[in-house]
Amino acid sequence: MVKRAARLRLPPLPRWAVVCIWVAVTAIFAAILYRLTKGMNHGILNPKGEIAERQRNLLAFAAALSLLVIVPVYAMLFAFVWRYREGHKRSYKPNWDTHKVYETIWWGIPIIIIGILAAVTWVTSHSLDPYKPLASSKSPVQIQAVAMNWKWLFIYPEQNIASVNEVVIPTNTPVEFTITSDGPMNSFWIPQLAGQIYAMSGMSTKLHINAYDVGSYKGLSSNISGTGFSDMKFAVRAMHQTDYEQWISTAYASHDALNETVYSQLRKPSINNPVALYRVISSDLYDTIIARYMHPDSSQVKTTEENQPSQTKLPTSQDTDHPMHDMGGM
Amino acid sequence: MNLLASILGDRMSWDYFWHGWVQFGGQAATIGGALAVVAGLTYFKKWGYIWREWLTSLDAKKIGVMYTVVAVVMLLRGFGDAVMMRLQQMLASGDSKGFLDAEHFQQVFTAHGTIMIFFVAMGLMFGLINLVLPLMLGARDVAFPLLNSISFYLYLAGFVLVNLSLVYGEFGAVGWLAYPPLSELQFSPGPGVDYWLWSIQIAGIGSTLSAINFIVTILRMRCKGMTLMRMPVFAWSIFATMILTLAAFPMLTGSLFMLSLDRMMGMHYFTSELGGNAMMYINLIWAWGHPEVYILVLPAFGIYSEVVATFARKKLFGYTSMVWALMAIALFSYLVWAHHFFTMGAGGNVNAFFGIMTMIIAIPTGVKVFNWLFTLYKGRIRFDAPMWWFVAFVTTFLIGGATGVMLAVPAIDFQVHNSLFLVAHFHNTIIGGVVFGYFAGLTYWFPKIFGFKLHERLGKLAASLWIAGFFMAFIPIYILGFLGATRRLEKFDPSYGWQPLFIASAIGTAVIGLAVATQLVQLGYSIWKRKQLQDKTGDPWNGRTLEWSVPSPAPEYNFARLPVVHSRDAWWHAKQGQANIYEGAYRDFELPKNTGTGVAIGIAATIFGFAAIWHLWWLCVVAVTMVVWVLVRRMMNEDTEVLVTAAQARKLDATRKAAA
Repeated sequence: MVKRAARLRLPPLPRWAVVCIWVAVTAIFAAILYRLTKGMNHGILNPKGEIAERQRNLLAFAAALSLLVIVPVYAMLFAFVWRYREGHKRSYKPNWDTHKVYETIWWGIPIIIIGILAAVTWVTSHSLDPYKPLASSKSPVQIQAVAMNWKWLFIYPEQNIASVNEVVIPTNTPVEFTITSDGPMNSFWIPQLAGQIYAMSGMSTKLHINAYDVGSYKGLSSNISGTGFSDMKFAVRAMHQTDYEQWISTAYASHDALNETVYSQLRKPSINNPVALYRVISSDLYDTIIARYMHPDSSQVKTTEENQPSQTKLPTSQDTDHPMHDMGGM
Repeated sequence: MNLLASILGDRMSWDYFWHGWVQFGGQAATIGGALAVVAGLTYFKKWGYIWREWLTSLDAKKIGVMYTVVAVVMLLRGFGDAVMMRLQQMLASGDSKGFLDAEHFQQVFTAHGTIMIFFVAMGLMFGLINLVLPLMLGARDVAFPLLNSISFYLYLAGFVLVNLSLVYGEFGAVGWLAYPPLSELQFSPGPGVDYWLWSIQIAGIGSTLSAINFIVTILRMRCKGMTLMRMPVFAWSIFATMILTLAAFPMLTGSLFMLSLDRMMGMHYFTSELGGNAMMYINLIWAWGHPEVYILVLPAFGIYSEVVATFARKKLFGYTSMVWALMAIALFSYLVWAHHFFTMGAGGNVNAFFGIMTMIIAIPTGVKVFNWLFTLYKGRIRFDAPMWWFVAFVTTFLIGGATGVMLAVPAIDFQVHNSLFLVAHFHNTIIGGVVFGYFAGLTYWFPKIFGFKLHERLGKLAASLWIAGFFMAFIPIYILGFLGATRRLEKFDPSYGWQPLFIASAIGTAVIGLAVATQLVQLGYSIWKRKQLQDKTGDPWNGRTLEWSVPSPAPEYNFARLPVVHSRDAWWHAKQGQANIYEGAYRDFELPKNTGTGVAIGIAATIFGFAAIWHLWWLCVVAVTMVVWVLVRRMMNEDTEVLVTAAQARKLDATRKAAA
């Protein structure tokens, strides 16, 4: 239909040349990406802790399973469009539009693959639930993490110390983070140690980790929380038990007390806070932060008691309820 | 002065006009663009023409063209936002701060997401439905032509508001779904979140109305003989989509309404205090938001089904499977919303349920891909531009689907949630699935609407550049996700070593830019060469469905005589002499007269939105009164249709045939 004159005056490329160009472009692109990513070892594919490692293995498994579909479909797509392009001498069946066996096969194969993945999903959703304590002979270290505008506060309730934008943990010891927010929602994430969990005001979430290796890992918030969001990052320093204990005692001995005045100072929005260490005087600092978002007077507690029973209960740091279970409306 | 203050309220301020030079660029582009349109219409004396032929028209095809034009304008703006983000992240490593501050960067990505979903994808979708659905069903129009026009003007009101935020005020800096408590007054006191709220609130109501319209059109307006199971798969996909829209959009309206009550009236649905609960909003918005992504992609699946069958010159393989797969996807899309927040701490049972429901959707989707492939098998495939988009779609969408299944496993999601891996995933599905699909559809149906084809080789070049640019832009983004890069960072620590990958991604974006430029050139060149590209037959692709049985461009009344079909692919069979679809006598029919009702409601809706954003309560009352007045006046009007007699219809048909 299209007349010659309407075309751009470029010679049409033969089909093989088009294919060669695509292959070459893909190869060059892959080579560049390989070069760019060589030596990068700080992401979720290089786990340094128990949970992150199991999550990485699960990712690899799911990727391999999906290749079972991707590879044949790619092969079929390119084979069919190559073989059945206009002008071929093969059979042409314009009215062939159904085949019970074939259709059963391609309803069946995805059902089997998804069935396998669904079973794995069911098991891992429970075994890798961030609320689940990790098996270990040692009792877990308790750390309370508070997302603030725009810094992270870490409280060690058993050691009575606190730190800002840095958290120190012992290696090969389970650590139980109890997480909340004193402001907008954030997400608490240490990619090399474990997947993330939201930090929400008035509620507690939990995350268990266990770091294998000594080292400094990056921690960050992955949920937008306002102007200083990009600076919601913290360092996770994993060290041997003795070094960790050393750090605790220096922290306790040598720094300022985190009292109400200091906390209200800290609560003001600020960006790029330097690492700071505090002694903690009040043992219920974390609970106070959560209670800030509870109902301020008893009359309101009364009115909401019927529809949102668990909201009126003051969550404590030992509270293991999942927050979505607390939703009155769910 | 006091009077002025009481009229303008306490929110408006001169400060909202000036934010800095980068923002000035946006202001200049918006005002310049608007002025250029006004000046052009005035200079060429086209105001009367545009009013009579377009703005007041109730012809679905013209409304479809207007939707498409607006969506393309928004595509360019949304792409501009994408370029700004890529440049910023490429530059802002370490000491270099780039050219956007945090607040502005956050506005840019919020606008990008909002615009691409609500104003580009939804606009192109409603555009295409309007262009072809009635033709495909053998109908002269949609069920409610005026409602159709009103829907379009509500969408246009949203478009005006979202662009007005560039000129006066600011946009939300909270992400495209504006999670509270960040989007509450406490943390976002400015008018930005309100611009976001009211622009999509108004456009969203238009979408709900459209859904009613198209569902009734499909159920009541099909021509004689077209049973549901004889409908083209595109019509089925629209049926599924519109059921989703009708059930999902009221949830969006409700959640936005509650958030606006929080912000305007000091209520506490979603605040942290006084019993409010942000998790409610997040659940509600995703209960709309997940069906929404299927609302976008199902019509694209419908388009691919038409394109593949036409260009393979073969019946669509597994029609019944295709229909069941569409309906299964529509159903399951309601049962998966919580997969957007596995990380909220819902526990193993809840997460596993939503994860498994999510991966189940991969089954019918996979079936559709196999059916398309086996439509190609033993066909005679013509490689026109729409087929290039189809091949581009399969190659990209497969990867997007696979990464989606990975994200559906909660334990994996904990590691990639809110990371750039997620960003790459949904661009993979939305660009590969939705955008390529709509480009295929626009290329395919363009001659039916305008009477000439788009230039073929430029189209193929655009498709090639798009797919190359897509992979170059988003494979690095996937890798960045693996490296622990989260979304929405306007700067990052140089020690992470992310910069080279951001540069690679920016280069890919430049290639996409070339692709978009090629498409604009393609459009311009095709208009210039429209004589050579003219479609004289009305059936340029050797099509299968009813729209190809009428001349191109399709007449206002679509069919002089309504067709009667006896099978699927009725036109294909008619061409082979197996059946006659135009038999029987010409009959009288009525066409809707032009009306300015939609325009007036659109203007009132824009005023209402603006007033609500700036807390001008008196103006809200004025706007609502205006809507009521316009509607009552319209109801009083009995003279809304023109009669075309059987004799006239016969004559019109004969003239068209003689011209062809």
